Amino acid sequence: MTVELVVFTTLFVVVAGVGFVAAKWRRPATMDHLDEWGLGGRSFGAWVTWFLIGGDLYTAYTFVAVPALLYAAGAYGFFAMPYTVATYPLVFLVLIRLWSVSHKHGFVTPADFVRARFGSPTLALLVAITGIVATMPYIALQLVGIEAVLKQMGLAGDLPLILAFAILAAYTYQSGLRAPALIAFVKDGLIYIVIIAAVVYIPYELGGWGNIFDAAADKFHGKLTLGDGQQLPFISLALGSSFALFLYPHSATAVLASKNRDVIKRNMATLPAYSLLLGLIALLGYMAIAAKISPVDHDPNTIVPALFEKMFPHWFAGVAFAAIGIGALVPAAIMSIAAANLFTRNIYVEYISKDASHADQARVSKLASLFVKLGALVCIVLIAPQFSIDLQLIGGVIILQTFPVVGLGLFTRWFHKSALIGGLVIGMAAGFTMLYLTPNATTHRAHFGGSAFKLGDVSIYAGLLAVALNLAVAAIGTLLARALHVPDGPDATQPDDYFVDRN
Amino acid sequence: MNRDRSPWNWLLLVPIVVPMLPFIYNGAEPRLFGFPRFYWLQLSFVGLGALCAGIVYRKTRKR
Repeated sequence: MTVELVVFTTLFVVVAGVGFVAAKWRRPATMDHLDEWGLGGRSFGAWVTWFLIGGDLYTAYTFVAVPALLYAAGAYGFFAMPYTVATYPLVFLVLIRLWSVSHKHGFVTPADFVRARFGSPTLALLVAITGIVATMPYIALQLVGIEAVLKQMGLAGDLPLILAFAILAAYTYQSGLRAPALIAFVKDGLIYIVIIAAVVYIPYELGGWGNIFDAAADKFHGKLTLGDGQQLPFISLALGSSFALFLYPHSATAVLASKNRDVIKRNMATLPAYSLLLGLIALLGYMAIAAKISPVDHDPNTIVPALFEKMFPHWFAGVAFAAIGIGALVPAAIMSIAAANLFTRNIYVEYISKDASHADQARVSKLASLFVKLGALVCIVLIAPQFSIDLQLIGGVIILQTFPVVGLGLFTRWFHKSALIGGLVIGMAAGFTMLYLTPNATTHRAHFGGSAFKLGDVSIYAGLLAVALNLAVAAIGTLLARALHVPDGPDATQPDDYFVDRN
Repeated sequence: MNRDRSPWNWLLLVPIVVPMLPFIYNGAEPRLFGFPRFYWLQLSFVGLGALCAGIVYRKTRKR
């Protein structure tokens, strides 16, 4: 146990050092500008972007929760696979336009774009608040990832967790987006080493992949595929999640930090390496079944650390735990920066201090990043982690409601701003209500029991249903607003702005 | 005026649509290296996605 703790702590300290030094990496003329603190100077090339986006999208929670889902629910948990495959082409098609228009106009957040595109501060505010609300529980869940590892190493209590997060908060404050960009190299390097070792070594010890799938099949009554009623929830959740992923503010932050369009395009072809990794990580859940792992404290999120503990030598288990722990820091940093930028640009500058200088904006954003992390910590430590998991479920559904505004808005200016506001609000209310009404048969919880809403005989991902309603309201509202000659906002962008590039 | 209107972009719909068709992969046989079809075929879609994005990148980049 102590060997693991020593390896874990050493790697953690090294990474913290890297985080502080990152401020000096590609040192800018001034750090007192949101482009520098919040977007790393908009200068990252193909390699840095690959590590940054990979480190951003594949979070510690993913590493812990996806295998836990396969462990508990079987084939359905594999929805992460179609989800991650469909994500990159969507980013390629959509976010690359956001990059161009943001490069042209100096946008830092998706809400900045909405403000200019629809000439509506209210719509931008709604998008910003949605982004912040959806991101907070996501940050909190990174803590669940660290906690699972700490639990396995026998570290009880909240103090280690608070300490880890305080260090993270300090170097994010100092180095901005450069910190996670640099740490992502360490994090992803460790993750690749650990997972490649795991998928070679553990199946060898357990008598091969055939045995692992047979053991899993025994647990799920011989069935490792989707049941009849599961196919629609499976694909609708996968599709909805891949749309939601690129609407999350932290995805936009990582994409906007890249140097030019070619960097993004090349990454869409190379980032799927992470998807393969994710698929293999998911199968750790079945390995845990074959290895007869039982979760610590009945918490299924502990099965991956428990599997590593049982199968690996102590020193390598320490490396594996560090990979998960550090894996939590990169996305947590990027998410808090994204949320802080939203607050600064679309709430502070818009409503509180209209003539804030670039230095003021950077200062406000740095402080806001601290508050965002504090909020996440409070959610986990003072309120139950289940609260954050529920919020994360809701977060995915509500961020999806910004699709007509941000996603379609990048392609068309047809929608009327008031109709979009109506659609967004109704979509959110509907999504929230559907989740509230969904019980969970296994845990007997009456509310927020899952993401699949029962509509007559079939179940569909609530987020997708809500966004369909949202779109219908936006479309009908637009026709009505035009018929009644309701004034629309001006569009500050030109069609060519969506293709602007830099060499 | 710009290369982004290239018809090659349509190729990106393949890795979005194919993973959403469960009848292709929702079965156990044939197995490959011990993996039921449900798992190995979905893992192979990653390669499909990378291939499509790679082709579109090569065909649309500026030179």
